[in-house]
Amino acid sequence: MATQTLPSVLVTTDWVAQHATDAAVRVVEVDVDTTSYDQGHVPGAAGWNWTTELCDTLVRDIIPVKKLEELLGKTGIDNKTSIVLYGDNNNWFAAWAFWQLKIYGHEDVRIMDGGRKKWLAEGRDLSTDKPSFPAKTYKASGADLSLRAFLPEVQRAVAGKKAALVDVRSPQEFTGEILAPPGLPETCQRGGHIPGAKSIPWGKNCNEDGTFKSFDELKALYAAQGITGDQPVIAYCRIGERSSLTWFTMKHLLGFKDVRNYDGSWTEWGNLVGAQVEKP
Amino acid sequence: MKPEEQSRRQQELAGWPVTIETYRLGDVYHCTIANVDPGARFARADGATREEAESRAIEKATRYLAQTRRFTT
Repeated sequence: MATQTLPSVLVTTDWVAQHATDAAVRVVEVDVDTTSYDQGHVPGAAGWNWTTELCDTLVRDIIPVKKLEELLGKTGIDNKTSIVLYGDNNNWFAAWAFWQLKIYGHEDVRIMDGGRKKWLAEGRDLSTDKPSFPAKTYKASGADLSLRAFLPEVQRAVAGKKAALVDVRSPQEFTGEILAPPGLPETCQRGGHIPGAKSIPWGKNCNEDGTFKSFDELKALYAAQGITGDQPVIAYCRIGERSSLTWFTMKHLLGFKDVRNYDGSWTEWGNLVGAQVEKP
Repeated sequence: MKPEEQSRRQQELAGWPVTIETYRLGDVYHCTIANVDPGARFARADGATREEAESRAIEKATRYLAQTRRFTT
């Protein structure tokens, strides 16, 4: 567990092994590689595809509220269900799903610390069966947009320095040496970073086994870059999923009050006509 | 089922360091390849043997990595 003060958002692999099929719990795998679920998953876990099920497929946007209600309902989730998310790449898209569920007000949502990586490393059971669930009715609340940053807020942050910007991409992406992680499609016209952003790569939040670092380690990591939670913070990456993990760390493990995920991220800023780009 | 014969190693493909992970689940070997930094999985393949799964995944990974450009900063 990352912290002694805010432990309720993380569960261990042991806990999941004991509670994955509890009636009040629904475990859901969300991966960067959308085929990972088919390579074996936590027995009883559902699988969500971030490219089709956790977004608006016509507009570049998060999942619309009606679509979310349908997705949760058909996954056998109601407003009282404890949702436990996990996935590959140290929970990148599990954090993306967590962020969206919090935007729509789901109360009890947690992340399995260490994600798919730790579950596999521990040699735990995997299943290739796709479970079906009795449908339930889900009613989402209105979107809490205080968790999300849009372009104008980022532009104001750059101009007025009233919010700190945290770039969670790799150092090579931050400097503009590469436009996307090696092996992945380039999605921008310019490399570099948003002026004034601090570089705190997402991976520094995690231990080698995929679990989150301790509260004290995380606090020191962010404080070293002047990010203490005393002022609003906006996190971004390339498309908003790595920054969801950093948003989760700052908001739910460190307890910073005003943290937003800029899901437009570098794919928006690095393509924007007239936007200033900084290169070290 | 439990994952068996798990292996994890780092090597260089097309000039980039990657992590290659393979395990067997039942009769199928699953191989995934991730870049070391930032750690994103970007190629995977299955096969009836470890060699088959890994060679397929490496072929895909090498092709994808060849498209990653480096710029002077």
